[in-house]
Amino acid sequence: MAANDLTKRPALGQRSASLRRRHLLAALFKACCVGLTAAAVAVLGLLIYQVAADGLPWLDMQFLTNFPSRFAEKAGVKSALFGTLWIVTLTALISLPVGVLAAIYLEDYAPPSRLTRVIEINIANLAGVPSIVYGILGLAIFVRFMGLERSVLAGALTMSLLILPVIIISAKEAIRAVPASIRLAAFAVGATHWQVVRAHVLPAALPGILTGVILALSRAIGETAPLIMIGALTYVAFVPAGPMDEFTALPIQIFNWVSRPQQEFHELAAAGIIVLLVVLLSMNALAVLIRYQGTRK
Amino acid sequence: MLRNFLLAALSLVLVACGEPAATTAPAAATSAAGLEGRVQLDGSSTVFPISEAVAEEFGAVAPRVRVTVGISGTGGGFKKFIHEEIDISSSSRPIKSSEMEDAAAAGVEFIELPVAYDGISVVVNLENDWVDYLTVAELNQIWQPDSTVTTWSDVRTEWPAEPIQLYGPGTDSGTFDYFTGVINGKEQASRGDFTASEDDNVLVQGIAGDKYSLGYFGFAYYHENQDKLRAAAVLGPNGVVAPTVETINNGTYAPLSRPVFIYLNKASLARPEVAAFVDFYIRSAAKLAEEVGYIALPDVVYERVLQRIAKAETGTAYHASPGKVSTLIVN
Repeated sequence: MAANDLTKRPALGQRSASLRRRHLLAALFKACCVGLTAAAVAVLGLLIYQVAADGLPWLDMQFLTNFPSRFAEKAGVKSALFGTLWIVTLTALISLPVGVLAAIYLEDYAPPSRLTRVIEINIANLAGVPSIVYGILGLAIFVRFMGLERSVLAGALTMSLLILPVIIISAKEAIRAVPASIRLAAFAVGATHWQVVRAHVLPAALPGILTGVILALSRAIGETAPLIMIGALTYVAFVPAGPMDEFTALPIQIFNWVSRPQQEFHELAAAGIIVLLVVLLSMNALAVLIRYQGTRK
Repeated sequence: MLRNFLLAALSLVLVACGEPAATTAPAAATSAAGLEGRVQLDGSSTVFPISEAVAEEFGAVAPRVRVTVGISGTGGGFKKFIHEEIDISSSSRPIKSSEMEDAAAAGVEFIELPVAYDGISVVVNLENDWVDYLTVAELNQIWQPDSTVTTWSDVRTEWPAEPIQLYGPGTDSGTFDYFTGVINGKEQASRGDFTASEDDNVLVQGIAGDKYSLGYFGFAYYHENQDKLRAAAVLGPNGVVAPTVETINNGTYAPLSRPVFIYLNKASLARPEVAAFVDFYIRSAAKLAEEVGYIALPDVVYERVLQRIAKAETGTAYHASPGKVSTLIVN
């Protein structure tokens, strides 16, 4: 190549021309990136603006404390909001221990056998299965076979199945990220395997694990399809008092209002979306906070 | 035509076995406030707004009864009903014979209660100034499975030679079943090259934005969007009639008016909270149905329906085969 031939350097004019072209290319690429990012943000902004413009006028205390109604002015999301909180709490209680223990086993205890590899590949695949499939599974196992009917518990178990693969994968990543020196040091002073995991690996991995769990739960909050599949109700005028009570959830209520013919209900749906977004963002804020607390120690 | 048949058959059946109604209604209405328990409804999304309204009002009368309403679709509702997972199944069409057989096999006896009318509206774009009315034959020509209609001029030669854009509900919908049954003579028989959506608001948007469009959906969606689209009158047995609250209520908008139902498990009627709820449902259906965009049945039909409950009459007065009314299946 001519570029390697140091005795025949290109003339000054030529050199600056190719330099200019390369700078131009770089600037063009940057502009492309900025443009595409801006487009994505603009679409998001437009969506949020649309939802806020429609929904904010309807958002007041009454909207949070009333049950659904055929009168848009009187309708509220109380049963749906409480249903969603019930589902998320129960789902967290079920999926957190199961998911984290599975991740610890796979990372720390499982022998590196073919079986382990098959399990890991399957978990990764399960993370990509459409949510409606989990709904069908939940309907067959929890609702019909275990006879849980359309209870909060049946919903939470279905949601747990849905998010377990995500939790296990993110918990595994967090555990793997714990420096080997910490483990080795603990083993060196005579700690048992259990002591190493409990006192060193788990605390060090906790912020990462919790971030993964909360992001997974945020996904569960927005899911409608599996809940509709297991037969979650639409009109419920009471707050669930226990895990065996019937329930409805925010996405179902929103879905129902959007499909109504009256414009006011479409605006109510927007107000419901704002409530859902606030719950979602609070959970994400919690994730950030936990991560921040964890890394400060 | 079908609707009149249905109504006539229903009235006949009810008159025939209804004579001086032994009323048990007061018993149910006495002390609803003290009632406890649960009443579970599921089924059609079309009937949902009516059931929701009734459940809401019933909550004020009997605050300790927990009424829940789900949306599984008409077919899904009947499945749950036959498994006895619910007390009441709501339906946007009469029960099918296959569903009756399943119910009989499972030992479930049902009481059929029509609660309101819906008028399936055939709608066009606001800028469409050529369609004055459509005949049933023309609708059939447009929607039949092997239809050759691709432009408006294929329907009537004086209409524009522009491609006709068709919109309709998805194949799981009771509206689709009823429309295809009445217009094409066979339920589910329809041409497939139309824009289908389970969400009627999507159809409204589509038709409102397309000058050469034609579609059909429930009256409530037309009624709420009269500023965006126009209903075509239909030439039926009573002449050229446009869908309005009056023409649907008095039966002249034919053949596209259809009754919507709730089906009650006879065994559930023994529970006082269910009996009170159903009684309340029928007594308030006329007012509440209209508040949510449906059309009340004639008063006389509601009276007959109350008699059916009082006498716990099981079976259906309708048969799902379109254009014909089968005999009432007595027990």
